Amino acid sequence: MLTLSLVLAAILFAIGVLGVVIRRNAIILFMCVELMLNAANLAFIALSRAVGIEGQVFVFFVISVAAAEAAVGLAIIISIFRHIETVDIKNFNLLRW
Amino acid sequence: MNIDFSSQIQYIVALLPEVLLTVWAMLILLVDVFQKEDRSEPSSPAIAWLTLLGLLLAGAANLWLLTLREATPTGVIALDGFRVFTNFLFLLAGVLFVLISTRYLEEERLRLGELYVLMLLSTVGMMLFAGTRDLMLIFLGLELLSVPIYVLTGANRRSRLSAEGAIKYFLLGAFSSAFFLFGIALVYGGARTTNLTLVAQAIGVDGLRANPLVTIGMALLAVGFGFKVAAVPFHMWTPDAYEGAPAPVTAFMAASVKAAAFAAFLRVFLTAFPGLYDTWGRMVFWLAILTMVVANLTALVEPNVKRMLAYSSIAHAGYLLVALASASVIGAASFLFYLVIYTLMTIGAFAVMVAVAGRGEEWLDIESYSGLGWRQPLLGVVMTIFLLSLAGFPFTGGFIGKVFILRAAVEKGMNWLAVILVLTSLVSYWYYLRVAWYMWFREAPAGAPQPVRTPRAMTAALVAAAILVVALGVAPGGLLRAAQDGASALLQAPAACTYGRSPARGGGAGADVCHLTPRRPLG
Repeated sequence: MLTLSLVLAAILFAIGVLGVVIRRNAIILFMCVELMLNAANLAFIALSRAVGIEGQVFVFFVISVAAAEAAVGLAIIISIFRHIETVDIKNFNLLRW
Repeated sequence: MNIDFSSQIQYIVALLPEVLLTVWAMLILLVDVFQKEDRSEPSSPAIAWLTLLGLLLAGAANLWLLTLREATPTGVIALDGFRVFTNFLFLLAGVLFVLISTRYLEEERLRLGELYVLMLLSTVGMMLFAGTRDLMLIFLGLELLSVPIYVLTGANRRSRLSAEGAIKYFLLGAFSSAFFLFGIALVYGGARTTNLTLVAQAIGVDGLRANPLVTIGMALLAVGFGFKVAAVPFHMWTPDAYEGAPAPVTAFMAASVKAAAFAAFLRVFLTAFPGLYDTWGRMVFWLAILTMVVANLTALVEPNVKRMLAYSSIAHAGYLLVALASASVIGAASFLFYLVIYTLMTIGAFAVMVAVAGRGEEWLDIESYSGLGWRQPLLGVVMTIFLLSLAGFPFTGGFIGKVFILRAAVEKGMNWLAVILVLTSLVSYWYYLRVAWYMWFREAPAGAPQPVRTPRAMTAALVAAAILVVALGVAPGGLLRAAQDGASALLQAPAACTYGRSPARGGGAGADVCHLTPRRPLG
């Protein structure tokens, strides 16, 4: 059971990484990062059954950190949208990426 | 005072500089709100001085930490020389940031109290990042450090460059944090704890050396750190974020964010994973080589000075990785020593760039430096000192720092790293000295910028930093001793925690010294 949960977490994490690498929309990229964070959360919860209750406490920390990051991230996405009216990262070309 | 974390008060005492700085940041936010008539007004200059006062108070509290003694070397909050040393470094960078940024923020109509508040909160994040011994707290420190910096990067909302830099930094920063977090989850599963010292014990005692969870988790942590310190395969965000951010923020990012990431890198890997050195040592070895070679070669062809300095900061990450790869007391001491020098000369060079770039950051090209030395001797002289030190010229701090790093690498038998460090430093002479050449041996171009005005605070900061860089190059003794104290605190802490005995095998002493909780087998 533990192994299966960890494998599921790893698959979710890999999907997130893949999404960040191949997608080009800033919002979708951000969602993929959230997916990676939640994969870690899943791993924490699965492991906490075997290790101890701290794992579940960590999940709460991660959720609040992810919320703070979302607030800042979406604000930044809005601020770039005001300049170029798109959130497609291939149009972020003033700086050489 | 003996700290054993038996009550809440003890945590507050052990975290006094951080607590003080957090409360101070909130107060500044309130003061800033109440002294304005309406929202669009710029903050008063008093906010900058209040910020400085807060940093100095935190420095005093940090000094006072030296009087505390920790009961065990496994305490969640480290009370060792390493923490005190790195805290001073972050506070110093904060002070320099305030001094060099006031005029710039005024000219760009960015004189906002919240920028200083964000800087203070980010400094608290750095202190937690490098000064705690629990992976979860280290993650929280990492986020507290990063989130304000994302905002600071995008602070200039009128500039498209600033927004682009911010979004690139944010996306890759969040990406790397996710790697870091997944790494923590795996290490937690493998070692059954997130305390660095106990992780080391689990690896050393319980034969976890081959445990795939710990090994993969460690590799993911290294990737996360690699992004934060901008080591080469993970550096693609750096030049863009550094170029897009307002120039003083770039200085702050290049100096103290990188210093914090490096300090935490050192603490985590030396405290938690000494038993896996065979694996991560090789990884850091290759990272260091790639970083030094790629960054120095790219900087060679970069005409934009802001971007050139960004590549130079990546190259310096390579030199620091050499010290990390050597993983010894000498290596860690030379690492801390170089970190101080690096902070001083990087902020100094970026500050001169802030002054030369002028309003709207128009003069970033190397041509803008033509004849600067004759037009403005003071700026020319201090910039020359910073450039020589960055290149590693004798009689500057940068030279001594590199010599110590070389010695650490050679003593560890990593001669190849030493050779590449020397060769890439020689390459770097070209792009640093090219700027100096323009400053002293080129005529100012037609339509040259007006004489650059630097406010008194900034001049004082520049001169002080330049004097320190030279003084540490001539007489490195005092700082080196402090660095050695900090380094040995880090490397000797786990040894006090009676290695080789585990409660699982009935060793009582280990449990007493380290507060080990009996662990259930995984499954």
